[in-house]
Amino acid sequence: MSEQEPVEGAAPRGPLRVFLVDDHAMFRAGVRAELGTRVEVVGEASSVAEAVARIAATQPDVVLLDVHMPDGGGRAVLEAMRRTHPQVKFLALSVSDAAEDVIGLIRAGARGYVTKTISPEELTDAIRRVADGDAVFSPRLAGFVLDAFASRPDAPVADPELDQLTNREREVLRLLARGYAYKEIAKELFISIKTVETHVSNVLRKLQMSNRYELSRWAADRRLV
Amino acid sequence: MSSTVTPHPPRLYRATEHRLAAGVAAGIAEHLGIPVLRVRVAFMVLLGLSGLGLLLYAAFWAVVPPRPGDTAAPPRRDLAQLLPFVVIGLGVLLLQVVAFDSVGAAGTAGWLVAIIAVGAGVIWHQSGPERRRQWGDSAVPWLGAVVEESDRRAFVLRFIGGGVLVAVGIIGVAAVYSPAQNFDAVLNGVIFALVGLAGVGVVTGPVLWRTWTQLRSEREGRIREQERAELAAMVHDQVLHTLALIQRNASDVKTVQRLARGQERSLRNWLYKPAASPTERFAAALEQAAAEVEDTFAITVEAVVVGDRETDERVGALVAATREALVNAARHAGVQTVSLYAEVEPEQVSAFVRDRGKGFDPDTVENHRHGVRGSIIGRMKRHGGRAEIRSEPGEGTEVRLILPISGSGSGSGSTAERDR
Repeated sequence: MSEQEPVEGAAPRGPLRVFLVDDHAMFRAGVRAELGTRVEVVGEASSVAEAVARIAATQPDVVLLDVHMPDGGGRAVLEAMRRTHPQVKFLALSVSDAAEDVIGLIRAGARGYVTKTISPEELTDAIRRVADGDAVFSPRLAGFVLDAFASRPDAPVADPELDQLTNREREVLRLLARGYAYKEIAKELFISIKTVETHVSNVLRKLQMSNRYELSRWAADRRLV
Repeated sequence: MSSTVTPHPPRLYRATEHRLAAGVAAGIAEHLGIPVLRVRVAFMVLLGLSGLGLLLYAAFWAVVPPRPGDTAAPPRRDLAQLLPFVVIGLGVLLLQVVAFDSVGAAGTAGWLVAIIAVGAGVIWHQSGPERRRQWGDSAVPWLGAVVEESDRRAFVLRFIGGGVLVAVGIIGVAAVYSPAQNFDAVLNGVIFALVGLAGVGVVTGPVLWRTWTQLRSEREGRIREQERAELAAMVHDQVLHTLALIQRNASDVKTVQRLARGQERSLRNWLYKPAASPTERFAAALEQAAAEVEDTFAITVEAVVVGDRETDERVGALVAATREALVNAARHAGVQTVSLYAEVEPEQVSAFVRDRGKGFDPDTVENHRHGVRGSIIGRMKRHGGRAEIRSEPGEGTEVRLILPISGSGSGSGSTAERDR
C-alpha cells in the first residue's frame, strides 16, 4: 500500500496493542524496532500453539500474522482464534505474495494482507486501518481478487448477489491495483473516502463468503491446488 | 517456508482414538461418514454368514494402516463398551448354530478359515512397529519379545505360530470331511488346497507387505533428497553469491538494493511461480520487462497482471510501450517504487504505469521529448491503440495504454487465461 497520509478522521486514542506471530526471531525483532513507539507490541509468538495461547492471554487489537510456519502456519492460528476471539483483528504480514497464500488467509478471516517489504509508516497505517475495522488491500491483492472474480460466461453462479463484484467495487479494485491511495480513488470516482473504504470492506466480505466452487476452480486453473 | 506438497486424497485409516477392538469399524465409519454403530452392527450381522464378519474384520485389520500421525500410544480400549459387541457376536453365532443345526461342510470350512484368518491376523498385526512398542511397554513384555521383528527367534516363533494355525485348519478340514464318497473327496482336496494356500499367503503376506512399504518410503525419500539437492544448488548459485556481493558493496546503497531486489524476485519466481515463456505469454513478457527495469535502475516495480493471453505483434508493442513508460518513471520521477497494472479483457488489453514522483506538465515537455512521443504514443497509435499521459508537477505521473482487440482475435483473452 503506498499511502503516506494517515486515514482522515481516525480518532485519537492510546497506542494500539499489537501482537507478532512469526517463526523468525530476527524478523520479529526487526518489526518491533520499526514499529517503535507508534504502537504497543504486547507479545510475540513463534509457533501456532504459542500464538493461540498468548493471543488469548494478551487480547491484542491487531495480530500481525506470518503465513508460512512449520506447524500449520497463519491459517491454523486464524482458524483456532476466529470463533473464540472475534474482536481480535488479523493482518497477514508475509514474505510470500503467492495467490494461494493471499487468498487462503483472507478467506480464513484475515482483514488484510501486506508483504514484508512494506515500509514502517505504511505498516503502521495498515495496522491502524485494520484496527478500525477496514480492510487493507495491497495492489497485488486487488489484482488477485479481480482475477478470482473475473466474469466467466460459462461459470455457474450460485448466488449472484454474493459472488459477483459490483461495477463500482471492480472500479475501486482496479484503481487500487493501479497504485492509487484511498484518497486518490475517492477523488477519481467523485465519492468520499468512507465510501471507498466501504466498497473495499464489502469486497473482502464477498471474498470470505464467495462460494467454494468458484474459488477452487480458480485455483485449479492456475495449478495452485 | 513450508514445502508445497499436495495433500493426499482421503484414505481409509484405522481410527485409534475411538476403537473397540482395532479401530476398523471406527475408521470405516469415519471414511464413509456414517455412524460407527451401524458399521459395527453390520459386522455383527455378517458374522452370521459363516463368520464372514469376522473374516472381513480380520482382513481390514491386517491391510488397513493406522492413521499416520497417531504415533502416540492410543487410549486403552473401553472393555465395558466392547462387551456388548462380544455378546452380540456370540448371540449371532448361537443363532446360526440353532437355525442350521446341521452346519454342513461349507459352514465348517468358513469357520475354520475365519479362525485361521483371525490367528494369522493377530500375528501379522502385532508386527507393526508402533504396536511392538506398545506391547513392549505393556504389562506383558514376553509378548513384545515374541513379535520383535529384529529378533530372529521371534520371527521364527511367529512363522511357527501362523503355521500351527494353518495346520490346525487343515487338520480340522480333514477331520470333518473324512473321505466317504468320491465326489466329496475331490471337493475336500480343493478345499484343502485353498485353505493351505490361504494360510501360506497370510503368513508370508506381512513380509511382502512390509517390503513394499519400505520400498515406497525409500522412493519418497529419494524424491525429497532430489528436491533438496536442487534447492541447495540454487541457493549456492544465486543466493550465496548475491549475499557475498552485498557484503562487498555494503557501502553502496543502490547496488545493495538492486542486488537484493533481483535476488528476491528470482527466489520468488522459483518458489511460487510456474514458469512461462516471455516470448509467448503477455504476463510473462510484462514481468520480464519489469524485472529488467528493476535491475537496471535499482527501483521496485510493483507489477500486478490480471489475466493472460498469447502475445502477437500488437501485444508485443504494448509491452514495449509499457517498458518505455517504466524506464521513464525510473529515470525521471525520482522514486523508489513504480506501480504497473495490466489487465487482459475479452475486448481490450490495458496497462497502467504510475509513479508518485516529481511529475511534469505534459503540454510543455511533450514537443521535444521523443521517448514519450515516439516510443509510447506513436507506437500505440501505429498498432491501433492509444496512450494517455496524466501528470501534474508534484502529483506523479500515470501512463495509460489501451489496446483494443478486434473480434477476429476470437476472444483469445479468456481462453488464454484458462489454459495458463
